[in-house]
Amino acid sequence: MTDSAFAVLRAGALTTVQDLGRAGHAHLGVPRSGALDEPAARLANRLVGNADSAAVLETTLSGCALRPRRTVTAAVTGAPCPVRVDGRPVAWGAPVRVPAGAVLDVGAVAAGVRSYVALGGGVAVEPVLGSRSTDLLSGLGPAPLVDGAVLPLGAENGPHARVDVAPQPAPPTELVLRVTFGPRADWCTPQSLKTLTTRAYRVSPASNRIGLRTEGPALERAVHGELPSEGLVLGAVQVPPDGRPVVFLADHPTTGGYPVVAVVREPDLWAAAQAVPGTRLRFVV
Amino acid sequence: MSRTRAEADRNTPVRHGTSGVTTRLVGEHALLVELDSGAAVEALHAVLLQRRETGELPPVREIVPAARTVLLDGLADPRTLAATIPTWDVPELPARAPETVELPVRYEGPDLAEVAALWGVAVDEVARIHAGTEFRVAFCGFAPGFGYLTGLPERYAVPRRATPRTAVPSGSVALAGPYTGVYPRSSPGGWQLIGTTDAVLWDHTRVPAALLSPGTRVRFVPAGVEARA
Repeated sequence: MTDSAFAVLRAGALTTVQDLGRAGHAHLGVPRSGALDEPAARLANRLVGNADSAAVLETTLSGCALRPRRTVTAAVTGAPCPVRVDGRPVAWGAPVRVPAGAVLDVGAVAAGVRSYVALGGGVAVEPVLGSRSTDLLSGLGPAPLVDGAVLPLGAENGPHARVDVAPQPAPPTELVLRVTFGPRADWCTPQSLKTLTTRAYRVSPASNRIGLRTEGPALERAVHGELPSEGLVLGAVQVPPDGRPVVFLADHPTTGGYPVVAVVREPDLWAAAQAVPGTRLRFVV
Repeated sequence: MSRTRAEADRNTPVRHGTSGVTTRLVGEHALLVELDSGAAVEALHAVLLQRRETGELPPVREIVPAARTVLLDGLADPRTLAATIPTWDVPELPARAPETVELPVRYEGPDLAEVAALWGVAVDEVARIHAGTEFRVAFCGFAPGFGYLTGLPERYAVPRRATPRTAVPSGSVALAGPYTGVYPRSSPGGWQLIGTTDAVLWDHTRVPAALLSPGTRVRFVPAGVEARA
């Protein structure tokens, strides 16, 4: 491997490579994937002078530590966390210079779930179907990071953004997801649809990149037959047999056989990516 | 339209007269078109691809056929398309297509005897019936490159296994409901396994990555028959 690479000293709980995903292949059973908090990933890239579509690292709660083999500009966005270069605190949400051989440590989150680490030139793993994203449902793209892994870096582009600290939304203390009903709202009782949009839920610890699972009142189905598999969209609110709604996120399956009674507006999904388990959750029309 | 406010808020599905088409809005940028049969889905899907090719379809990110529906995702204006599609003239698909993918199969799966019992035929007959059928990929899902193949007569539909296997080997040829599928890689699965193919169903370094995509015609060819004779 060339000098344009970085070593993973501490992979953290779950750190994956993500870009804007591999849209356009759902008809082959290929999930869309991509950064869950897309604006945070885009911002991290802009801070280091990358194109928005460059691949970044998406960490989960506990951060990660990297040692670049060449000097690189880095930026950490998304869930706020302490950032250190060779033990020295540096800015979060701003471009920082990491000398060749120094350690960039992205610490445990102070709030939220997922931090995004952009490196000048981007993570240059081989793309699969036009994307470098790790897809945890179907196993496409690079495997999640492990301690000791070495990943390639692309060539650093232009000058990085001249900002001190970029403004970012704080992770939600209460998650409010705006929904539109359909396509299978008629498969739930009207009372259940009212329950969905009036009662409080909580984010379940079983949530992951595939879906945000919920705890709260179960929804009751009006139609009890089997639904033949049909195409799913990002943000689909599916009602599985236990009645607890699941909101599908980037690694969602492309088809499913449980009714989707509502769909969350896409911009609200970025906050969903940062909602820690136990966060109060409301669905609103 | 005489829809009430409450109906509109719930995006009530709209049944379009005698066209056999029901349209369901999916969020703000997608549309689910529901049809009466798998054949109607395949016919509409073919027309959608054709119209996309000729630029007659508004920009769309995904066109996902399934058992009774086609999903169009990434639309700027799904409502207008929902009103337009039911007015289209959708020709029936030709019964035969010139190009067929042939998959060599060793019919020696662990559920062969159970399938034979469900079908009410001798074990050897399963391979003969299955290999004598012309299949078509109705849709894909479950895993990259996993196709749901239709073609078997309805009387040969079989239930899934009561207890799914934790690991179905890659290349397994399997049945569930009205469908035949081939596992592109090892994964858990509840389908009835009747055989194995060495064909590579999915290879992301290949173009196209998927051997089977919606609309592909497929024929299973018994392999190694001489060896067993």
